Order: sequence, then C-alpha cells, then structure tokens
Amino acid sequence: AVLHPPGGSPAGRARLSQAEPRARDGRSEEQEEEEAETGARAGAGRLYPGHIPTSPLQKVLLAAGSAAVALCDPYRHDMVAVLGETTGCLALPNLRDKMKHHPEGYRILQERPRIRLSTLDMGRLRGLPDGSLGREYVRFLEDNKVSPDTRMPPKFVDDEELAYVIQRYREVHDLMHTLLGMPTNMLGEVVVKWFEAVQTGLPMCVLGAVFGPVRLSARKLQVLATELVPWAIRSGRNASCILNVYYEQRWEQPVESLREEIGIFPPP
Amino acid sequence: VAAGLWRGKAWARALGGALRALGGSVRGLAAGPEMHFGFQTVTEEERRKKIYQVFESVAKKYDVMNDSMTLGIHRVWKDVLVHKMNPCPGTQLLDVAGGTGDIAFRFINYVRSVRERQLQRKLRHRQNLSWQEISESYQEDNSNSLGDSQVVVCDINREMLKVGKQKAQHLGYSEGLSWVLGNAEELPFDDDMFDVYTIAFGIRNVTRIDLALQEAYRVLKPGGRFLCLEFSHVSNPLLSRLYDLYSFQVIPVLGEVIAGDWNSYQYLVESIRRFPPQEEFKAMIEDVGFFKVDYQNLNSGIVAIHSGFKL
Repeated sequence: AVLHPPGGSPAGRARLSQAEPRARDGRSEEQEEEEAETGARAGAGRLYPGHIPTSPLQKVLLAAGSAAVALCDPYRHDMVAVLGETTGCLALPNLRDKMKHHPEGYRILQERPRIRLSTLDMGRLRGLPDGSLGREYVRFLEDNKVSPDTRMPPKFVDDEELAYVIQRYREVHDLMHTLLGMPTNMLGEVVVKWFEAVQTGLPMCVLGAVFGPVRLSARKLQVLATELVPWAIRSGRNASCILNVYYEQRWEQPVESLREEIGIFPPP
Repeated sequence: VAAGLWRGKAWARALGGALRALGGSVRGLAAGPEMHFGFQTVTEEERRKKIYQVFESVAKKYDVMNDSMTLGIHRVWKDVLVHKMNPCPGTQLLDVAGGTGDIAFRFINYVRSVRERQLQRKLRHRQNLSWQEISESYQEDNSNSLGDSQVVVCDINREMLKVGKQKAQHLGYSEGLSWVLGNAEELPFDDDMFDVYTIAFGIRNVTRIDLALQEAYRVLKPGGRFLCLEFSHVSNPLLSRLYDLYSFQVIPVLGEVIAGDWNSYQYLVESIRRFPPQEEFKAMIEDVGFFKVDYQNLNSGIVAIHSGFKL
C-alpha cells in the first residue's frame, strides 16, 4: 500500500522525508508503478533545486550538530551555513518583509539577481575608478583570494522565497567586508558577524559573533572589544537594511557615498 | 471501481513483467528497466552511476560514519562474521565490495592467531625430537605466518579501494592481501578459485543481485562457503519503529554534519528498506544452487548473516 499522500500541502510533502518503510511485498512491479505515479522523490517535496525537506526533529538535530562542528572546526563553512538555515525561521521572514516594504528591496525580490563570477563583468569592474564600489570589491576579492562562487546554496530552508533571501545574504557578505573595510582573517570575520547580527538578527550571526572571538589572541580581543565591536554595533543599528541595496546597479558609486547613504560609520 | 482498478493493475503487472524480461535481455543495448535507488525510481544505468557516486563521495569518511551511525557496533557484527567463518591457515578468501578492508584485516588477524597457536603446538611437540629430525625440519618452509592464506579484496569503486590500501599500509597489513577492481556482477576471476566468498554490507548496492549470487557460486570451489552480512528486516514492531525513527531522522543528519553529505546517507537508509527480508534472500541464494542455506539474525534482525555452501 502507498503510505504517503501524493502531492498535497507543503506540510504533507515535507513529511516525505520521514517516509515509513514500504510494505514488505513492495519490491514487486506494483510498488514501482505506484512510486512512478506518486512521483519520484527527486520531484516531490522539493521547492527549489537542492532543497532537502526536513522534519522539525531533523532541524533541531542539524542545528545542534552543525553548531558543535562549526565551533570545533571553523573551516567547516558548510556547517555555518546549515546552522544559519536551520535557526533562521524567525529572522528570515523578518528580513523578507523588510525587503518587501522597501522599493529597492522589493525589486531585488522580484528580479532575484545573483552575484557570481559568471554574472559579474570583472574586467569592467576593475576598470572603474579607485574608491568606487566595483573597484574596491574586486580589490577585496583579489587581496583575500576569495570568490563569490564558494557560497553554499541553501538546502534546509522550507520556503522558496526565504531560500533566496538567505542566498542573497550570503552573496552580499563579501560586499559587507568591502563596505566595512574588514579583511577575511578571523578578526575581520568576527567584526562583520557583529554587524550582520545587529542587522539581520540571524541566530547564526549572533552565535558566530559571540563564539568567534574565543580563537583570537588577547591583544586582538582588546582591539575588538574596545574599538571594533562598538563601532560595528553602532553602524549596524544606524544603517538601513543592507539587503535593500541593489548593489549590482551601484558599482560606479563611491564606497564612501554608499556608506553614508546606508548609514555605516567610517571604520576606525 | 475497485474491481476495474484491480484488473488494471493486473494488466499493468503483466506488462511490467514482460518489459522486465525484455529489458533483461537487451540490458547492454537499452538504458534498462526501471529500478529503485533508495525510494526513487531510476533506470539500471542511472542506478549504477548513482551508487558509484555515493561511494566515491563517502569513501574518505566511510569508517568514521560507520562508527557514528552504529555507535561502533558494526565492528562486533564484522567480528561475528569472521568467527562464523572460522578460517584455518591456507584458506583463500574473496571479499567482494570489501572497499576499506574491514573483513580482510579481521580475516588476516584471525588466521594469524590460529597459525600462531599451530606453530606453538608444533614447537612444543618438537622438544623431544632427535637431532636428525630437527635438521630435517629446517628444510620445511614453516615461517609463513599466514600459512598460505590469501585474501583478495574486490570492489567496484576506485575511491574505496584507495582508502582501503591506505589503511592497510597504515596498519601494517601487506602479506597475503591483494586489491582488485571488479564488479560483483561480473567477477574477474576463474571458476572454482576460492574457499570462502564474503560480501559485507555490499550486496544491497549491487544492481543485479541474482547475477552477483551466480558469480559467487561460480568462483567458489566445490565445498566453498558463501557468507553475506547485510542489513535486514526487523520483525519486532516496537524495535522496528525505533529503528526507523533513528534511521530516517538521525542518520541523514549525521551524514550532513560529519561528512557534509545528506543525500548519500538518505540513500543508505532507503536502500536498507528496499532489500529483501531474510527468508526471501535465503530463497534467492538457494535458487542459484547453494545448499544448506541458513541465516543468523544479529540484534533482532537489524543485521543478518546468510550462509550457503557450494556442494
């Protein structure tokens, strides 16, 4: 007998992941036909490419596991990403609503731009004047030897639009580094996390901001505590939502002018 | 309506059966009939490819994942298998889908310890020999610590073999051990070559189990033994529900957190559910020609060891 409902509500589809075992006479032709009718798992329940539907219990286990592993091994960026997805159930709709109620953010949600090496015209950006967003962004990528293509695609977000929001947040992260003037070492990453924590409210950012510093030396901790974190918090509070900026249309804009517009204070 | 539906299904079943027979004979030409990959429906070709990719991706973390998923109990299962085999020095073992070498290393350890005891006994016996007899014994080559036992590890996946070879080097296994790339459905060995054929947690991933069983029969010597260690069916309803809960809720999460690969471990738990239960698998083994086929449940049927003899 078929034990899960074909199609149906998203909740019903999500439950496909907890599939009960088939009846034991299931390997006959009947079973395979029925499976073909209800839709192979690859199609049903998947809201976007790469989506893995998960039950609430699985999300809790994933959140706990990814937090533990991310803490022990900070190079497991995939675990940081998973933590963000599994704990973002309150913060992500919040962000999405902020975007919806802002004209530029709304356009981003409609047009769904992606920041990828294939979509960026690196040559043109390099040719822009010094101090412009495009030029500084490319400089940042080259100095720190990073690429926008290494961002993990979302897997455990159960809403297609929210999956885009978190994807946008990840792709905009490098631009945050550029606007805040922070490098990709541990100290720089922690500062950006503080800023993002205030801006987005994502629990993953908060956890990263609070636990990230445990791996820093005492001297760096001091600089962090006295200058950088207060600045990051003040800027985060003062700035408008960073996801509401259509960066791809502002490559020529000077970084300082963009900072002023958003409300980020000049870096110390 | 129900009657109509039933008739429709019967017709469809007949058609399916005919297609399957057809598909089987033109296996080499067409993509092949529809098969299962976990709970998905794919063609034979796709299934082989997907399974190859699963093991390619998990190879490096295979042992770590085994320990985490089974809390180390898989080691006990494999020990039971080798104890049941009870090999003596001189046994030729073929371990199919033996990838990272767990069974092969246990076999070597077992045979080594049996051999040591044998040599100790011989030594004690030799204490009262005459000088003549002692000098004669020097001409015999008794120094082989394995007593001419040999294990061939055969696996279809290069990555798994690579990990196995590295492990062997790291743990110091070299004598009596060889690694062969091969397909369980079409083994690169002659007939009647091995005393024992084992396949541990591998036959579930074979696309044509009947062919693998036929090949097992072919390469075994007369009197040889077939041993299969595999996940099986739990009949106890309460345990079965707990087992399902653990399998479907926890194992893919472990896969994602430890190996960064949810999908491979989702496939794993689904493929376990798809595998025939104990009695049915026993019948499949008998169909191929093995005698005295029997099975032993471990942990109430979570795992079962099937055994058969080529007589």
